[in-house]
Amino acid sequence: MSRLMVPVGPNDHIRGKQDAPVTLLEYGDYECPHCATAHAVVLRVLRDTRDIARFPFRNFPIAEVHPHAVLAAQAAEAAGAQDRFWPMHDMLFENQDALELDDLLAYADALDLDVVRFARELEAGVHLERVRADVRSGARSGVNGTPTFFVDEVRFDAEPTVDNLTAAMLLAAQRRAG
Amino acid sequence: MATTTTDRNQARPIPSGEAAPKFTLACTPDQKMSLEDFRGRPVIMAFYPADWSPVCGDQMTLYNTVRSEFDRFGAQLLGISVDGTWCHVAFAKDRKLQFPLLADFEPKGEVARRYGVYRAGEGVSERALFVIAPDGKVAWSHVSPIGIVPGVDGILDALEGMAEQKS
Repeated sequence: MSRLMVPVGPNDHIRGKQDAPVTLLEYGDYECPHCATAHAVVLRVLRDTRDIARFPFRNFPIAEVHPHAVLAAQAAEAAGAQDRFWPMHDMLFENQDALELDDLLAYADALDLDVVRFARELEAGVHLERVRADVRSGARSGVNGTPTFFVDEVRFDAEPTVDNLTAAMLLAAQRRAG
Repeated sequence: MATTTTDRNQARPIPSGEAAPKFTLACTPDQKMSLEDFRGRPVIMAFYPADWSPVCGDQMTLYNTVRSEFDRFGAQLLGISVDGTWCHVAFAKDRKLQFPLLADFEPKGEVARRYGVYRAGEGVSERALFVIAPDGKVAWSHVSPIGIVPGVDGILDALEGMAEQKS
């Protein structure tokens, strides 16, 4: 059984209550079509499990088959540096077929980011090491494709549907309470 | 799934501590590679059922993405399936793979058989992983349910274990 080897920490981007009892964590790639599908699923699951769940997202760009994925991951991190990680995260998944540099700059502008700083950070690769560190932690943890989910640090191997993920999270919550 | 469990029980991967069976296989239409070529380095042998698997982020693509983690241990990754070399060439080009794919093609599946991971009914190998130590012995092996791509956590644990022993 594969387990999360790098625990959720202060560097993680977390959607939901930071101290929620159940953690649904994803390793994902902004250019991966399955991840875009999963994005909608996750939003729905988080709505249904709002009181118990938190959702950290880590980068796992499959660079050779998704040529825009590494830059897109850096764009999310650069937005995160301006406290706008999640709006950019949503923007990227909702516009998965437009991830050229110009597109990313337009999204930064639309989200009212400091675009000059954003562009400079992308240009200099300021967030590249962070993205690579996510990939390393994913490799260590048994990420086996994108998206890979972990529910409370255990890799989730079933089909990531709303029903399957919600059920796994409710079970995890029960286990915690039990 | 009951069938998966049965399938797994049929596989008898060479256990740790035993000598890894030698082999020489084609890696391109005009080049061959032997296990002995890598003596002195750890070797990761990743048996997989077939090129062009429909899974997004398939096993070989995934391993290609994290190959720098294997490089840290000086380990050589080898993908092995029963596909022929021309098929491997096209697949590796499409997925931009940066490591050799070996053709266990003639006699079909012979190396998979020697490693105890051939599925005679389907004519393909298991999804099986072997980490071979620099001295040519099996350090770790793992057979995955055929529908589940194994991550590289087990491989990295095995490589790290060997590195710790050495130091």
